[in-house]
Amino acid sequence: MDEAEPFIIIRRLFKAYRRGGQIVPVLNDISLEVAAGEFTALMGPSGSGKSTLLNLIAGIDKPDSGELRVGGIDITALSESELADWRARHIGFVFQFYNLMPVLTAFENVELPLLLTRLSRAQRRERVGLTLAIVGLDDRKAHYPSELSGGQQQRVAIARAVVTDPALLVADEPTGDLDRVSASEVLALLRRLNDELGTTILMVTHDVHAARSARRLVHLEKGELSTEPIQLRD
Amino acid sequence: MFMLKLIVRNALRHRLRTGLTVIGLLVAVLAFGLLQTVVDAWYAGAQAASNARLITRNAISLVFPLPLNYEARIRGIQGVTSVARSSWFGGVYQSPKNFFAQFAVTPNYLDLYPEFVLSDAERQAWLRDRKGCLVGRQLADLYGFKVGDVLPLRGTIFPGTWEFVVRGIFEGSDAGKITRQMMFHWDYLNETLRKSARQRADQVGIYIVGIEHADSAPSIARAIDATFRNSLAETLTETEQAFQLGFIAMSNEIIAAIRIVSYVVIVIIMAVMANTMAMSARERTAEYATLKTLGFRPGFIALLIVGESAAICALGGGLAIAAMPHAASAFKHFAGTYFPIFEVSNLTLALQAACALAIALAAAIVPAVRAGRVRIVEGLRAIG
Ligand SMILES: Nc1ncnc2c1ncn2[C@@H]1O[C@H](COP(=O)(O)OP(=O)(O)OP(=O)(O)O)[C@@H](O)[C@H]1O
Ligand SMILES: [Mg+2]
Repeated sequence: MDEAEPFIIIRRLFKAYRRGGQIVPVLNDISLEVAAGEFTALMGPSGSGKSTLLNLIAGIDKPDSGELRVGGIDITALSESELADWRARHIGFVFQFYNLMPVLTAFENVELPLLLTRLSRAQRRERVGLTLAIVGLDDRKAHYPSELSGGQQQRVAIARAVVTDPALLVADEPTGDLDRVSASEVLALLRRLNDELGTTILMVTHDVHAARSARRLVHLEKGELSTEPIQLRD
Repeated sequence: MFMLKLIVRNALRHRLRTGLTVIGLLVAVLAFGLLQTVVDAWYAGAQAASNARLITRNAISLVFPLPLNYEARIRGIQGVTSVARSSWFGGVYQSPKNFFAQFAVTPNYLDLYPEFVLSDAERQAWLRDRKGCLVGRQLADLYGFKVGDVLPLRGTIFPGTWEFVVRGIFEGSDAGKITRQMMFHWDYLNETLRKSARQRADQVGIYIVGIEHADSAPSIARAIDATFRNSLAETLTETEQAFQLGFIAMSNEIIAAIRIVSYVVIVIIMAVMANTMAMSARERTAEYATLKTLGFRPGFIALLIVGESAAICALGGGLAIAAMPHAASAFKHFAGTYFPIFEVSNLTLALQAACALAIALAAAIVPAVRAGRVRIVEGLRAIG
């Protein structure tokens, strides 16, 4: 990857959904660049296409047209299985409702993405242990999601997202289902990951308070981006 | 292994649902096995029958007898060594539930059936007693008959109460031989009929024909039937095995029905199992989408579903196969009168395992393919 090239390059991106016989345009001629190591918050009214944009960047959905490069790779050119491998290697996911496997313990949930790597069992255990310590849950290893609070579950989910050391972490309303205190903890954690590990973070949020954790705010409205970056914290 | 852990824990998520499904599988695979064994038992008699004996019967139907004077003419045919008479008696011992075969036979019947082993002393005792009878070991054990006992039968084809004295108990030449029948003197039956029902006397149910070489069975059978062509009672002669199979063929519809029912049971449980798997897979749509988001391939998701289905079917089917010996002996206890040989074959056990596997695959295939195919963004939306 070229040093000077932005980590995410989006040019003239279009995405529409077909609903019934109708075509509903969601993203209309979107262009955006995100530098490596940035923490960007994506805001906008409900239905403006924030999740759609995030999903395209993270490679779980495909645009109709336009250029989409992430980490120097044109991901629109990848096949389904190539995309799956690419996601496993480079992207960490955090969801609004945590999306943990209910039958797996916190430890096993965090171990899950490592099963797709070549790491040995011992190496995996070490990585999982470390990551759970970073999110402050090493005393909850053996707990099942149902035995954890929402904030704790989200921290397990963040551990799962970063355990593979991804270049990009995408989070779709990670605090949307949390109370203020838990939300603050989760946001502090994301900020630390961004500061200390240099993980590029793209976070969709409705919450202005949450958006303040980011370094940059991008506003999406009616399928159009307000491109000017807003400095939120120093 | 991680996958196994996931499969087992997923299977145990809804304990009640899984438990009920396992019970359903257990019952269905067990029922299938028992019905298959019933069919086997039906044919077991014919398999024990010999190819070295011919049976000559009335060509129209077994129900109609043959004239007594045929015996001498059959004996005169080249290659025939002996001819024995046998008439189905069809008496009731105490209650119709206690069904067993009774034949009125001539003494040389025993020479034609070397698989029935009788001591010389008992044979002589039987020959001396006009009202004497012989019972097989299995029959004697079942009702506690001993030599010297009086065995009363209520006639159905030949009315009246008949009393016989057990003069001997014959054994099977090997453990597989069925010795669940009773024989008495054909002459005694005939003399009684001469007095009470003249028009029914001097008639023989079937002739059992001993032949020199089993190879010549077809030509001798043809010669016998040719002898009586165009006579009042035409004959049909075939090997004992063919005769037995023909006897079974009369019940072919019943056998076919039992077979069909056994497979219908499997199809029904297949539908139940498919429903269980479809329900589970639908509930977990978001989880499967999450796994795919993390980079797991559709094949992994499909394997999770197939594995869970296989685990449940292995449990249900395994329990059924393990329970087969007990179920079979219980079944034999209640219905053994009709199925003297009721043994679970290895083929039946293999078929049961195959059915369990087929159920597992059939139930998992649609949910597995569907879960593998569902688009991630749609799947993630399935969350509550
Ligand atoms: N799979 C789909 N099929 C049809 N329409 C869709 C689909 N996904 C999203 N849409 C539509 O696209 C538009 C943008 O959806 P998206 O989920 O990206 O919005 P959002 O900005 O994330 O909203 P929210 O803040 O409520 O999460 C909406 O009008 C939505 O109804
Ligand atoms: Mg959204």
